[in-house]
Amino acid sequence: MKIFVTDIGGKEHELEALEGWRVMEIIKDYGLPLKAECGGACCCATCHVYVDEAWLPKLHGMQDEEEDMLDEAIDIQDNSRLSCQLLMSEELDGLKVTIAPGTEL
Amino acid sequence: MSAMEKNKHKTDVIIIGAGPVGLFAVFELGLLDMQAHLVDILDRPGGQCAELYPEKPIYDIPGFPVITGQELTDNLMKQIEPFEPVFHLQQMAESLTKLDNGNWELTTDEGTTLEAPVIVIAAGGGSFTPKKPNIPDLEDYEGKSLFYAVRKMDQFKDKNILIAGGGDSALDWCLNLQPIAKSMQLVRRRPDFRAAPDSVSKMRKLEEAGKMKSYVGNLKELHGEGGQLHSVTVQAKGEELYTIECDTLLAFYGLTMKLGPIANFGLNLHENLIPVDTEKFETDTTGIFSIGDINSYAGKLKLILSGFHESALMAQQAFRYVYPDKKLRFQYTTSSSSLQEKLGVDNKAA
Repeated sequence: MKIFVTDIGGKEHELEALEGWRVMEIIKDYGLPLKAECGGACCCATCHVYVDEAWLPKLHGMQDEEEDMLDEAIDIQDNSRLSCQLLMSEELDGLKVTIAPGTEL
Repeated sequence: MSAMEKNKHKTDVIIIGAGPVGLFAVFELGLLDMQAHLVDILDRPGGQCAELYPEKPIYDIPGFPVITGQELTDNLMKQIEPFEPVFHLQQMAESLTKLDNGNWELTTDEGTTLEAPVIVIAAGGGSFTPKKPNIPDLEDYEGKSLFYAVRKMDQFKDKNILIAGGGDSALDWCLNLQPIAKSMQLVRRRPDFRAAPDSVSKMRKLEEAGKMKSYVGNLKELHGEGGQLHSVTVQAKGEELYTIECDTLLAFYGLTMKLGPIANFGLNLHENLIPVDTEKFETDTTGIFSIGDINSYAGKLKLILSGFHESALMAQQAFRYVYPDKKLRFQYTTSSSSLQEKLGVDNKAA
């Protein structure tokens, strides 16, 4: 399973993904800069990513908690998600996301 | 006593950061007869546990199958009560200097000065600072007509205030400032609010009574002259830009952690972390220790439990600086009557 992550500088990285891992955890584990300061508790909005339009229909919907927390994200767009709330599964093999501003270390 | 003297304190150990690890350090230092003062930017102890996830369960605190951030903070506060720690809250540790007598002097942004032979940096991810929206020319208005916090309410008397945000800070200040403001308006990203329902219904009542207005949209541009705001441009999802007139903007987009002035303390830093040894958790500067998420060493895990361990070992070496002539004895709280006395335990019953 793989995901493609574009960093703040615009460079795309191909990362090995594991079933059941959160996209945030995969990005951090790989060592790409992503603040994610609350550690995945959906409490800080510093793991904010933009999801490639083609993948949006395949994602499971947003819980209220994530929608609430996005209020604190910077430069929010229609395809904004918190990467700690995106759980990897077979259907998301090949997922493309771009790390959003406000997540810098 | 003059105001200046009131803000001067001398103690054994100064702890920067009142998160779980800073709080537990008070306990370990206290068992060894060292008194601590703590400095924290937040208005209450607990650090991330209190600010980011007070209601969230934590599952990896030894001895607690599950505990929330707030419960852990409350328990730690109770545990350190016998040692009477002194808190300097809503203050940022700003500068550190070595005195001629060998002690350290720490000054906060509120002008408090603290003197001690030992400094412990337990600042986690750094100091909580307000998140800023990504808008051009923001800096021109900051501190003049754009603010991220309310320190003195008087400053906002008779102003035409616009509050941005949909959380508790935004709603609380909307309700608190409305009676003294000339006009009050609120703008948030989406129709719903993250804030407590009670605050939202109070705000709705004010709006129905014609005492304030609320809008949906994201801030796009600021307009004004010489730092004085006249209006802001706002855009809601898929809609036209519109203008809201105001002379004061209060933006509440939550807090994020930045290392801050600690970067200028003259310590060796590695990727914004403070390298320490793993025997004493001391930095490259004698008498300055670093524990918890902000330190780094081979094999470091950013876990609360690692910070607890680090604080116990730190206290052993701190003792040698605070009491250079005393012998350090290792004792257990289960058996030592002197430790139990310090903890205020009634051991007659035993």
